[in-house]
Amino acid sequence: MIPVDLPLWADVLASLLLVSGGLLTLIGSLGLFRLPDLFARIHAPTLGNTLGLACVLLASILIASMQAHRLVFQELLIWLLVVVTSPLTAMLIIRAGIYRDRKSARRKGMDRPDEAVDH
Amino acid sequence: MNSLLPWAVSFALIAFSLAMICAGIRLLRGPSAEDRVLALDTLYVNSMLTVLTLGILFGSRLYFDIALLIALFGFVGSAAMAKFLLRGEVIES
Amino acid sequence: MKRWPSLSLFTVALFAIWLLLNDSLAPGQVLLGLVMTITVSLATAAMLRSRARPHHLLVAIRLFFVVFIDSVRSNIAVARIILGPAKGHFNSGFMKIPIDMRDSYGLTVLACILTAIPGTVWAGLSADGELLTIHVLDLHDEEAWIQTIKYRYERPLMEIFE
Repeated sequence: MIPVDLPLWADVLASLLLVSGGLLTLIGSLGLFRLPDLFARIHAPTLGNTLGLACVLLASILIASMQAHRLVFQELLIWLLVVVTSPLTAMLIIRAGIYRDRKSARRKGMDRPDEAVDH
Repeated sequence: MNSLLPWAVSFALIAFSLAMICAGIRLLRGPSAEDRVLALDTLYVNSMLTVLTLGILFGSRLYFDIALLIALFGFVGSAAMAKFLLRGEVIES
Repeated sequence: MKRWPSLSLFTVALFAIWLLLNDSLAPGQVLLGLVMTITVSLATAAMLRSRARPHHLLVAIRLFFVVFIDSVRSNIAVARIILGPAKGHFNSGFMKIPIDMRDSYGLTVLACILTAIPGTVWAGLSADGELLTIHVLDLHDEEAWIQTIKYRYERPLMEIFE
């Protein structure tokens, strides 16, 4: 269990950060569940990817620094990694969606859908 | 223990579990393959957050390393799958 | 020897990441990190087609806070859309934005910014680099989105990287 006695402000701040991080991530995944189509759904998990992740990482930094009695900010690495990599995943998924939409529309013999993206 | 933090940690863990259930349903149901890749992407981010929260609960720095590795390999996995959908089209769509 | 000055930024970033991973400033780690990062950056120098030359640190810091505030704001907006009634109160869609920036590092950072702001996703850049396609969750006012992206993000990025 949580080993050190935290000062009150750190306790409250970390709790607030954790609760809001959890709520944001939950809302994001709920959006993944609820929203109607792929292109709308792709926006939902970014809630957990950006602010939700930042909240949990800040709480982790705060608690770890309190325990070690110095500033521990290794969590920055995770943040950096996610910020740099998530655009790539999102872009690949959205382009795969566009590509396969166009392909299945063509197969059904419909009109050529407008070229949404030039590669 | 006279502290708010254990309650907040439990709340966050429950929220992450519910979020993973939502993503899991989308993974099983998702009409297209892209939906499933997106759901897997969400699942790994949620599990990374869960591991970080467990690290706060147990007060151990080991969990940070696990979270970092999940972030790394999760990205590689979902990028590879999305790229396969974009280029491969080996599976019948 | 002409490579040395422009290598430095990449090397410094790698060195910082090494120290952060080890979470120490012990002399052994510093020495090992220096050797490793210089070796790696010399080995990869041939692969980099162009080099980033960022300047204007103050503009960059200001941009970071602008993006942070916008990210928080649109997190709330997207959460409201998700929790709202089941259908019919938002229209998502693709839109095209004319883009003036040519520096590839600047464009990379723009992609990161657009993804870090929930509600917008980078969907592709035309082959000549003039039209950017993005997908927007809440597409009410296209002109406003173009103004936001061009003046809030693209202009400072052009100042920083070009």
